[in-house]
Amino acid sequence: MLSFKEGLLDKTARSRGASTLRAGLIAGALLSGTGLATSAQAEEKVITAVMHSGLRVIDPVITTAHIVRNHAYMLYDVLIAVDENFTPQPQMASWAVSDDKLTYTFTLRDGLLFHDGAAVTAADAEASLKRWGVKDSGGQLIFDVTDTLTATDEKTLVWTLKEPYPPLIDTLAKQSALPPFIMPASVAATPATESISSFIGSGPFKFVEDEYQPGVSVTYEKFDEYVPREEPASWMAGGKVVYVDKVKWVTMPDSQTSINALLSGEVDYMEQVPVDLLPILESSDEVVSELRDPLGYQSIGRMNFLYPPFDDVKIRKAAMMAISQQDIMGTLVGNPDYYKICGAVFGCGTPLEDETGAETLINGGDVEAAKKLLAESDYDGTPVVLMQPTDVPSISAQPIVAAQALRDAGFTVDMQPMDWQTLVGRRASQSKPSEGGWNIFFTNWGVPEINSPLINPMLNGRGNDAWFGWPTDDALEALRKDFIKAETLDEQVAVAKQIQAHAMDVVNYIPVGQYLVPQARSTKIVDMLPSPVPVFWNVKKED
Amino acid sequence: MLGYILKRLLAVVPVITFVAIFVFLLLRLTPGDPAAILAGDAATPAQLEKIRTSLGLNDPLLVQFGTWIGQLFRGDLGISLISNIPVSDMVGQRIWPTINIALMTIILSVLLAVPMGVIAAWKHRTWADYAVMSFSVLGFSVPVFVIGYIFIQVFSIELRWLPVQGYTPPTEDFGKFLSKAILPCLTLATIYVALIARMTRASMLEVLGEDYVRTARAKGVSETLVLFRHALRNAAVPILTIIGTGFALLISGVVVTESVFNIPGIGRLTVDAILARDYPVIQAMILLTSAIYVFINLMIDVAYSIIDPRIRY
Repeated sequence: MLSFKEGLLDKTARSRGASTLRAGLIAGALLSGTGLATSAQAEEKVITAVMHSGLRVIDPVITTAHIVRNHAYMLYDVLIAVDENFTPQPQMASWAVSDDKLTYTFTLRDGLLFHDGAAVTAADAEASLKRWGVKDSGGQLIFDVTDTLTATDEKTLVWTLKEPYPPLIDTLAKQSALPPFIMPASVAATPATESISSFIGSGPFKFVEDEYQPGVSVTYEKFDEYVPREEPASWMAGGKVVYVDKVKWVTMPDSQTSINALLSGEVDYMEQVPVDLLPILESSDEVVSELRDPLGYQSIGRMNFLYPPFDDVKIRKAAMMAISQQDIMGTLVGNPDYYKICGAVFGCGTPLEDETGAETLINGGDVEAAKKLLAESDYDGTPVVLMQPTDVPSISAQPIVAAQALRDAGFTVDMQPMDWQTLVGRRASQSKPSEGGWNIFFTNWGVPEINSPLINPMLNGRGNDAWFGWPTDDALEALRKDFIKAETLDEQVAVAKQIQAHAMDVVNYIPVGQYLVPQARSTKIVDMLPSPVPVFWNVKKED
Repeated sequence: MLGYILKRLLAVVPVITFVAIFVFLLLRLTPGDPAAILAGDAATPAQLEKIRTSLGLNDPLLVQFGTWIGQLFRGDLGISLISNIPVSDMVGQRIWPTINIALMTIILSVLLAVPMGVIAAWKHRTWADYAVMSFSVLGFSVPVFVIGYIFIQVFSIELRWLPVQGYTPPTEDFGKFLSKAILPCLTLATIYVALIARMTRASMLEVLGEDYVRTARAKGVSETLVLFRHALRNAAVPILTIIGTGFALLISGVVVTESVFNIPGIGRLTVDAILARDYPVIQAMILLTSAIYVFINLMIDVAYSIIDPRIRY
């Protein structure tokens, strides 16, 4: 590497002529650095996107982090994908179901290639699905009833079940939290608890390994041999046609810097714009802010069912009654254009949306009723340990507002500020709240991650095997089984209604509102698809 | 002198050993779980346990420490728990932006601050002195991110002379490197110029009252020679200390400036690793920082004896 000292202070620079020449060269280079001069790179269509987080993990099975899922959609493809109507569509494969609904036959379409040139085979799909099934909760349910999953030839995969499992196709098509991406069989042989180290997929973009800096930037280039489907693109389904040469994801820890970079034309797209910074963008004719993810995020409060006071359903109900979604969303987001009051555990705007039992939440809370209920309960003033993350803006306001609501209702609240990663570690602790455990915390979920009883992590009543908070709820488990048996959307909606009512009745968790995150792009970027996952196919970059 | 340097270099061993043990234990006592961060929000406790085991986090502390020390002796900093790539590769990617920005900042600061401090002392209690001191107070008082934002607004958004953010290695495109480095270096230099100018002024004021300065002037030596040969050289020891420690601070990472200008340096690497509880990366960064401090302090001590031959070790 040429050091700065070598670059600036070499002997030739001591003569006046050389100095003048150098000054000219530097000035020229400065201009090129600001984009005012033309360069060879200008001919290459590159989209530079500021993503919500840095990519550090490359394995879409080992983690549910959104950035890793988004990365995987660039690099990999899926057998079946969901479209904007929440309908599964063939992507890499078409499928047929036997009359007894016990055998699913998947046929890979023609022209599928991995980035190293190898053909995608049914054996690759088999290995990938088996690895995914170890980790994904929906996949685990399918494998619980799986008899065999076998590649019968290069293009045919046969999945036989011991009993019918109607949501199988929906589960394979889901876009969150862990979609079943197809990898080469050799890569999928990696144990699901270990991270893969390969970058070979069969998706519309290839990974540029030399330019990868974990947490800083990642570059994808168009995979020329990718054969898009002929149908128009819709969410994760349809033809993934790539119109640019490269897409570069960068991470900027400071939102103001991202906005400045967008305004100056250094970046083309910003995945998440803080609502309070939107007015800055409105001053520019060269930047557009918009909502491209129509579902957004559900913010939730989760209580610990193992210890007092929230091991008592009456006390959990009192806590829920005290809370007002309006107060929390108003504080968190502010601008009502970017949040929804929504009491549905499966999120608003989804096929299973229902708000039964969430009346106090969505109507401003009822502190008086909460006080009354708390007085009738066995609550003895035990402090409620509320964990408050201070370093993540999207989840730091909820605990503060909720703490005051709980105090107003008569709870003693011990709000403990900490960084998010400390919270993440501590919420896994089953110790008593007074000994390093906890009573309640808040987090957010993308709505596609909670829009079905089969994937919503909180709606699991398996005690110690459930998500943090560990409710033991046989009735909930029975309802989930009913949901699995439901064969039509109407039947699913009917069961989901019961789950909603039950979840609110036992206060499985407290949905505290749904918020939307605006995105921003340069006006040179056109035809970006609306989707809960930011996708870079079909996008064009104009000169 | 050579013996002294060798002795000082040997002293690095216990320092680094102490730092290694301290950091290792401190990290294990800090709440947080790399497995939980790796697995994401939806992971169940059972899945987390499996990941912890596969990462070796369930091994006894002594076993974990032994593994790490063994790797260090082989010159291996380990593998990042989160990114699953060698820590040495990560550090290698991120150290050059920091070194280049630090070098450029410190050179710029010295070139501006030392003459400013000398002039302020020479023109003591005149408008020049007040101007330098006012600038110093301002440089200390205004937070670095505010200065950065002001520079960006003026030079990048309004005038469009320079890019807002980013880093290009000088080996790849020297012009781009310069254009992207100017604003962060100017921003950082504001503080260091204030610091060094103030220290230079104070040191110079002390020596300008000395007999040998008066004698030099009485002999008719030009004022420039008096200031820069006689006075500055004798005032240089504290100035050198402040420059050296400033450089060490810059090298060990300036996370706010790196964030404001989106520079992928080791400051951000360290903070990201701490937030993710990526133990091998944190351990490597703290060891590296300690080594940098020890080395720079040694360089400062050596420089003392070169500037002031009366200092002997």
